[in-house]
Amino acid sequence: MTDPKQPLALRHVLWLLLSLAMVAAPHASRLPWWVVALVATLAAWRAYVGYGRLALPSRWLLLGVVIGATIGIYLNYRTIFGRDAGVALLVVMLGLKLLEMRSLRDAVLLILLGYFLVITNFLYSQTIATALYMLVCVWVITATMIGLHYTREEPAFRHQLRIAGVLLAQSVPLMLVLFLLFPRVSGPLWGLPQDAYAGVSGLSDTMTPGSISNLILSDAVAFRVKFDSTIPQPKQLYWRGPVMWDFDGGSWSVSRFLYGTPEFTTSAAPVTYEVTLEPHSKRWMFALDLPARTVPRASTSGDFQIRAFEPVNNRVRYDMASYLDYSYGAGESRMALRRALQLPPGFNPRTVEFGRSLRAKFADDRALVREVLAMFRNQNFFYTLTPPLLGQHSVDEFLFQTRSGFCEHYASAFAVLMRAAGIPARVVTGYQGGEINQLGNYLIVRQADAHAWTEVWSSGAGWVRVDPTAAVSPLRVESGISAAVPRSDPLPLLVRGDFEVLRQLRFTWDLMANSWNQWVLGYTPERQRRLLTSVGIDDATWHLLTVTMLSLAAVIVVVLAAFMLRRLKARVRDPVKIAYLKFCGKLQRKGMPRDPAEGPVDYALRLQRLRPDLAPTVAAITQLYVALRYGAETGSSKFKVRIRKVEPGTWNPEP
Amino acid sequence: MYAALKNRFYNWLFQLRGPETGVIVLVQRRVFILPTRQGFTFAAVLLLMLTGSINYSLSLGFVLTFLLGAMGVNAMIYTFRNLANLRIAGGRARPVFAGDTAHFIVHLDNGGATDRYAMGLTHDHRDSVFFDVPARTTISTAVGILARRRGILRPGRLTLFTRYPLGLFYAWSYLELDMRCVVYPRPATPGLPLPPATSTAGAGAERGQGQEDFSGLRQYHVGDSPRHIAWKVAARDQGLLTKQFTGRADTELWLDWSLLPRQMGVEERLSQLARWVLDAHAAGLSFGLRLPGTTVEMATGQGHRERCLEALALFEPPANGEQ
Repeated sequence: MTDPKQPLALRHVLWLLLSLAMVAAPHASRLPWWVVALVATLAAWRAYVGYGRLALPSRWLLLGVVIGATIGIYLNYRTIFGRDAGVALLVVMLGLKLLEMRSLRDAVLLILLGYFLVITNFLYSQTIATALYMLVCVWVITATMIGLHYTREEPAFRHQLRIAGVLLAQSVPLMLVLFLLFPRVSGPLWGLPQDAYAGVSGLSDTMTPGSISNLILSDAVAFRVKFDSTIPQPKQLYWRGPVMWDFDGGSWSVSRFLYGTPEFTTSAAPVTYEVTLEPHSKRWMFALDLPARTVPRASTSGDFQIRAFEPVNNRVRYDMASYLDYSYGAGESRMALRRALQLPPGFNPRTVEFGRSLRAKFADDRALVREVLAMFRNQNFFYTLTPPLLGQHSVDEFLFQTRSGFCEHYASAFAVLMRAAGIPARVVTGYQGGEINQLGNYLIVRQADAHAWTEVWSSGAGWVRVDPTAAVSPLRVESGISAAVPRSDPLPLLVRGDFEVLRQLRFTWDLMANSWNQWVLGYTPERQRRLLTSVGIDDATWHLLTVTMLSLAAVIVVVLAAFMLRRLKARVRDPVKIAYLKFCGKLQRKGMPRDPAEGPVDYALRLQRLRPDLAPTVAAITQLYVALRYGAETGSSKFKVRIRKVEPGTWNPEP
Repeated sequence: MYAALKNRFYNWLFQLRGPETGVIVLVQRRVFILPTRQGFTFAAVLLLMLTGSINYSLSLGFVLTFLLGAMGVNAMIYTFRNLANLRIAGGRARPVFAGDTAHFIVHLDNGGATDRYAMGLTHDHRDSVFFDVPARTTISTAVGILARRRGILRPGRLTLFTRYPLGLFYAWSYLELDMRCVVYPRPATPGLPLPPATSTAGAGAERGQGQEDFSGLRQYHVGDSPRHIAWKVAARDQGLLTKQFTGRADTELWLDWSLLPRQMGVEERLSQLARWVLDAHAAGLSFGLRLPGTTVEMATGQGHRERCLEALALFEPPANGEQ
C-alpha cells in the first residue's frame, strides 16, 4: 500500500470513518441538525460503497452537494466565515471528501484534515476532559495513518495503536520544549470573528431582582486568587465589580459617565495577590475593596471600577494590591452626589414616604443607617434564593409585603431607602467571599459567590460600604452562600459543603483545573518571560528564545535518535561466543583477522601455521570453545579467564 | 563538463562504487531520507494550525501543533531506523530464457530487536516488491527483472526504500549487488525437426537406450521403472528424474551451428539451437552441441541441458562473422 495511487481497502475506510467521527462528534451538538444529518449520510454512504465494492458517486453530484451545503450554511449563519460557519463548512467538506476518497493519497489528506478538525474543537473547549478526549482521537487517527502504510497484510489494529502510542509518547519531550520556548506573541494576528466568544456567564452591567440569584445557581469559577501572604478574613473579601448609580424603578445600571479620579487615604499596608479571571465577555475586572493598583490594558474610574479596554474573552491574570482599611470619596463632586440621590418619580411611594419619615426622626446619617439595618435584623426579613416575584413597585412590595429576598433585593431596597432619606447611596455588585483550596492555598471565587451591597456617602467619611445582607444573614458574609440559604433552596452541588470527601475531591479537581489554567491555558508571553527569568534568562528576546528552543530541540532529537537506533544490530547473547569474539578481536588487531567464512577450527589451523609459537594457546582455546559451544560441556567462566589471559602484546613478533 | 561533475557529485553523495560482493550493511552513510509530498502537505497543515493557535491564543492548539510537529520529526527517525543497519546479501538467480523475468534473490537480515515493516525493493521505480523483516529474522525476496536478451543479466542498481510508518518521509538506499543471471536465448517456435542422428556403432540409427552404462538423467515420464528413478536427486527436491543408461547400440545426435542455413542470423540460429536442445532433452536423447569455437560433448540429462543452453547464452560470434 505504499503506492500513493493504490485503491483503499475496506478496513482502512472503516478506521478512517471511525477516527473522523470521533473528532467530529463534539461538534455535533453545535452544528445545525441538517449538517449533522448530511455528514452522517455521506459517511454511511462511503461505508456502504466500501462494503459492496461499489463505484463512488460522480464528481458532478458531489459538486452539487458542495454548492447546496455552502448556500445552506450561508443561510444558517449569514456568513461562511467565522468560527461556527467555518467549522460547519469544514465538516461538510470532510464528509464530501470521504466520497471522493479513492486512493491512499486521498486517505492521507483526510487524516490531515482530521488533525485540523481536532484543533477546531479547542475553539469551543479547552478543558482537561476535552484535551484527554482529543488526545485519544489523535492517537486513533495516527494509528489509522500508520495502518495505511503497511505493505503486506497488516497486524491487528491493537499493534498499530501501540506503535502510534509509542510514537506520540516519544514526541512529548520535544513538544514540551517547543511549547515552553516558542516565542509567544500576545493578542491575535488579525481580528477575531465576532462569534468567537459566546455563552459565557458573569455579572452584567445592570441589576434587576433575580439577576444575581440566577448566577448563584452556577458553580462555574469566576476567578481564582493567589495571595502573597495570608488570606484575609472572609468578611473582608468584598470583590468589587460594577458600581450602579442609576435606578429606573426596576433595575439598577452602571453609569456611562465616570466621575473623578480614584483617590483614597489609608494607614495600613496593602495586601497583594494575583487574580486569574475567567473569561466572561464583559469588561469588568475584579479586585478587593479597595484596589490600589492599575491593571495593564484597563482603566480604573473614580468609583474604583476596573474596566478592561477589551471584553475579557480570554482568561487573564493580573497582579493586584488592595487596602482593606481605607477611606475615600470625601471630596466627591456635587454632580455625582446629586446623581446618587436620584429616584425615578412614581415608583415605590411607600418607601419614599418611609425614608422621609426616617429622616425626620434621625438627624444623624449614621443613626439612620443603624436604624434601617436594625430593622432588617430584628423584623421578620428572610434571606432566600427563591423569593416571590415582585411587581412594579418592587421595593415597596419587598419592604412591606414579601420581606424575603436575596442580596440584590436588600441592596436595592436599602439604596432606595437611603436616597429617599437624602443620603447619597449606590449599589455595588461583585463577589463576596470565596473558598480556600487548602491543597493549593488559593481562593476560588465562583459565580455562586456573586453579591450586591451598597455604599452610602457622608460628608466626613466619604463613601462607606454598608452590606444590608449582612444584617439579615450574617452567615452569608462570614461563611458563604451555602451556610446562609435554607437547605431547600436549589444550590449547585459544588457550592454546598455537605460531604467532606466530596469537598476534598472537589478541591483536588479544582487544584488540577487551576494548574491546567495557569500552566497550559494561561501560558502567556508574560508567564513565559517569568519562567525564563526563574531559570536565569533575563530579557529573553525573540532571537534568544528561538536559538534556545532550536538548540534544545536538536539535543532532544539527537538523544531520541540515539535511543531509537541503539538496538538495531544483532546482539550476541551467548557469553561463550562473546568471549571468543573478543579473542578474535585481539588477533585481528595484530593483523590476523578471521575470515567471515572461516570456522573456528580452520581459523585455528591457519593461525598455527602462521604462528607456530602460539599453537598451544590457540589450540586450547579453540578446543574449549568448540566443546562449550557445540559439545555437551557447559560453564563459561574458565573459558573467559583463559581468554582474558591472552595478551597479544607479549607474543613474539613474527619472524 | 557539467554532466560529469554532477555525476561525480552523485557518486560521492550516494556512495556509488559499482557492484559489491558479500554482505552490505546499511550503515548511516548509506541510508538517505527526504520528505515526501505527504510530508510537505503535513508541514503545511501544521503551519496553518500554528497560525490559528497564535491568532486565537489557543494554548491547546499550540500543544497539538507541537505534538504533531515533534511526531513528524520522530517519524523521520522511525523511517530511517526502518532501514538502518539492515544486512543485505545477493542470492542466486536461476537462469531464464530471454523475454522471461529473471528473479534475483536478495537476502535481508534484521539482527536487531526491532521489527521492520513495509520495505520495498525496486530496480526501475515502477514495479516494486514489498516485504517486512521481523526482528532477528532473515528473509529472502526476489526482484523480478525482465530479461530482454540472452547473455548475462545484472540487476544493476537496486533501490531499497520505505515510507513507514507515517508516509511523511521516504528513506532509501542504493544497492549494487554482485549478482548475475544467465539468460538463455529464446527458443524458436517448434517446427524445424531435429537433425538426423548418426550411428556410431553400426547401421541402426536407434535411440541410445540400454541397460548397461549410466549415461545421465532425464525428466521422469509416467511408466518409467521405479528402479530407474534418481531418488537421491528427488530427495534434494529437484523433481523426479529418471536415470538413463546407454546400450551398445548407440547413436550420436549433434546439434550443430553449421547445420543451420547461412542466411539465418546469429540470434536466430541460437534460438533454433535452443529449441533443439529442449526438444532433444525432452525426448531423452543423448546429444551434443557444436558452436563455432565451443563444443559441448555428447551427454544426456538436466545438467547437460543447462550446460548446452548456457553455452548458447554466452556464445559470442567470431569476429569474422562466418566460420
